[in-house]
Amino acid sequence: MASSTDSSTPRGEAFVWFTGLGLIIGLGMVIGLLSLVIVNGITVFWAPQVPVAQVDDGRTLIGQLAQRRVRAGSPADKPRYELQYQVGLRELNGNSYLWVDEAKIKSESFPADVLGLERVENGPAFVRPQSLRKSDGKVIAATDAGFEDAFQAEVAAAAVVREKLIEITRHRIGDVNGEMDKARVALRRAEDLKLADEVEARRRQIAGLEERFATLQAEAKKVVEGGAVASLISKDASNREVVVPLTQVIRAWFPNRLDTWGRVKLFFSRLGEFVFDEPREANTEGGLMPAIFGTLVMTVFMSLLVTPFGVITAIYLREYAQQGAVLRIVRISVNNLAGVPSIVFGVFGLGFFVYVLGGSIDQLFFADQLKYNNNTPVFGTGGLLWCSLTLALMTLPVVIVATEEALAAVPRGMREASLATGASKWQTIRDILLPASAPGILTGVILAMARGAGEVAPLMLVGVVKLAPTLPFDGSAPFLHMDRKFMHLGFHVYDLGFQSPDSDAARPMVFATTLLLIVLVVCLNIGAIWIRNRLRARFKGASF
Amino acid sequence: MPQIMNPPSSSRIKVRPATEREGRKDYISIRDYGFWYGQKKALDAISLDIPERQVVAFIGPSGCGKSTLLRNLNRMNDLVDGVHHEGDITINGRSIYDPGLEVISLRRRVGMVFQKSNPFPKSIFENVVYALRVVGVRDRAVLEEACETSLRKAALWDEVKDRLDDSALGLSGGQMQRLCIARAIANRPEILLMDEPCSALDPIATGKIEELIHELKDQFTIVIVTHSMQQAARVSDRTAFFYLGKQIEYDTTEKIFMNPSQAQTEAYISGRFG
Ligand SMILES: Nc1ncnc2c1ncn2[C@@H]1O[C@H](COP(=O)(O)OP(=O)(O)O)[C@@H](O)[C@H]1O
Ligand SMILES: [Mg+2]
Repeated sequence: MASSTDSSTPRGEAFVWFTGLGLIIGLGMVIGLLSLVIVNGITVFWAPQVPVAQVDDGRTLIGQLAQRRVRAGSPADKPRYELQYQVGLRELNGNSYLWVDEAKIKSESFPADVLGLERVENGPAFVRPQSLRKSDGKVIAATDAGFEDAFQAEVAAAAVVREKLIEITRHRIGDVNGEMDKARVALRRAEDLKLADEVEARRRQIAGLEERFATLQAEAKKVVEGGAVASLISKDASNREVVVPLTQVIRAWFPNRLDTWGRVKLFFSRLGEFVFDEPREANTEGGLMPAIFGTLVMTVFMSLLVTPFGVITAIYLREYAQQGAVLRIVRISVNNLAGVPSIVFGVFGLGFFVYVLGGSIDQLFFADQLKYNNNTPVFGTGGLLWCSLTLALMTLPVVIVATEEALAAVPRGMREASLATGASKWQTIRDILLPASAPGILTGVILAMARGAGEVAPLMLVGVVKLAPTLPFDGSAPFLHMDRKFMHLGFHVYDLGFQSPDSDAARPMVFATTLLLIVLVVCLNIGAIWIRNRLRARFKGASF
Repeated sequence: MPQIMNPPSSSRIKVRPATEREGRKDYISIRDYGFWYGQKKALDAISLDIPERQVVAFIGPSGCGKSTLLRNLNRMNDLVDGVHHEGDITINGRSIYDPGLEVISLRRRVGMVFQKSNPFPKSIFENVVYALRVVGVRDRAVLEEACETSLRKAALWDEVKDRLDDSALGLSGGQMQRLCIARAIANRPEILLMDEPCSALDPIATGKIEELIHELKDQFTIVIVTHSMQQAARVSDRTAFFYLGKQIEYDTTEKIFMNPSQAQTEAYISGRFG
């Protein structure tokens, strides 16, 4: 080169660093967020050692360390910390959590007899057991050698009783109530239409149901009172006596005595409950099965709805529509649809799907239901169907654009070969273009699914609730209840984090729920990617 | 413009005498035909008759309109935006532009093989029987029979009979092109159009396809576009030479290669331009 200066440094080198910096910042944020969620979400289920702490002011507390943070107003060079303990026993302490100035803690010890309890009501408890009154009336002192075994055996026995009670009160009585509601509606209709026979039959049915109800209640009472319930007598940190009936105890562990294997078992037991059980205590405890199930079913339905809509639209736009200005405007509008805030889709879903469509469905098919059941809507209120439709509408542009690209990418030769054999346009699309563009279409569906599964705002308007009494899928016909309200992981995160009466107790669950939602989305995506790769393998070696 | 490549096997142009076979002399008849891509006139005043069950070769330098004319015989060029034509093309006396004639039924009677082999990403079997499926044939026995017949005619049967359910994309280039021929003849068209079917193939595969053309012309009227003079001489009964969208000369292959009446034709086949 003629220029003598600086010819060794190619121009634009700085931009390599610049783009690299962009990548690092982006990656850093993603990894940071993910590790925050993973670390916080996983450690929720791990049982650490629980100290007995003596505080300056003479108090003693037993609790699990929850957080450590710099005290507000403390100098930056000599920060002072405060600790948050989960002390449990909400009914005695008023609050499960307690902040203590770190400097005020005189001593900490980890006595082996500290016992952690997860309870059905009032959250956890950390106590020092004194004695166990077994169900046969015998009392074993905590210092006895056989105490721990006897205690765990009684906890297990009490759990069986509790399960039985839940089965009766929640499920069987629930079923009777459901039937009763239907029978009452039918009775009102029969009375109104003066169908004497039917009125009679319905009255008899209701009487029968009432009888069943009474029997079940008696049965439940027998379960409760039947076997004498064992209870644990213990002392809390300030030496108050705490008596816990063991039917209240879901899980008990000695945090300072457990070996690693014990902790791992406890971890998986809690994780299992989290994934497979129903929530308790205003959703701050227990499991998330209904929310997982709701999210899954809703996402699958959304995909099933958006795929045909999107593909058909894209086929029309790409294969049939006259290319020109109008089409360009339509395309731009479709793309802009992707930028509309999701809450707007929620409002549209509420106004159109729920009120107009759902209302009309109710008028047409559930008129009796409306008339004789205090105007209780069936489809004219939020539900699974409307949520799926709203999100399908929201993610439509993604599928349309992906399908159009995929159709355009099918080699011209394939199209011509099909037409030259005398296939019609539609046959060519169905037999050649769609199979060949299936992997590309699936990419669009994957993106739509990822967006749909994590969306919350519109769902709050069209059918997601904090606590749904029933799953959208169960044993009663027609098995899949598209009209039902359901629970959703994303909404659960919002509800726990911002609507919970005890936000300290909810905090760990927020992370765990977020982690679960991420895992669910990843699983759905992996499934779709697996299908796509299988499809792609069929086209491998195409020589176009 | 591309060099005319001599196939390694033959340095001398051999001419096959036009065999006299029964059939209509003006089976395909092109009259004063002109064709435009938008403003660009690609064909001008083409008039030629293609006899039934003969092989006609279109030759000429690249871009002279051979493909355009060929693709108009089954109206594949209708797919291009902004095209129009003048004059007329008739097949067996009936205009292909007859409003009462559906393009689809025209294409079912006129099979086509492309320059680039273009099998569908389906099994070999499904590729061959595609044209039958399109007309609604569901009977497995009929499909299998058609598949075997077509593959035998395309001289591919012995090579693939044990793997009919394998993907067609696993075949070699020459096999793929013969598969495309099998696919084009599966629903027994009357006419077979071939647009430079051997241009992407090695000499051995080319030889097989040329032999195939000999076999097939007993049953089909074949129009083949080629830029290989040797190939035109070996396979065709009649040859048309085009230049810049115009038909310069159309006659028996023997006449075109031995004694062309136009100086341009002579110059082209002797390799002085092209
Ligand atoms: N789809 C098309 N749109 C516009 N012009 C085309 C198209 N196809 C071919 N042409 C033009 O028409 C002329 C003839 O092309 P073609 O028939 O493909 O030539 P050949 O097959 O003899 O090489 C060329 O000038 C080419 O550029
Ligand atoms: Mg060409």
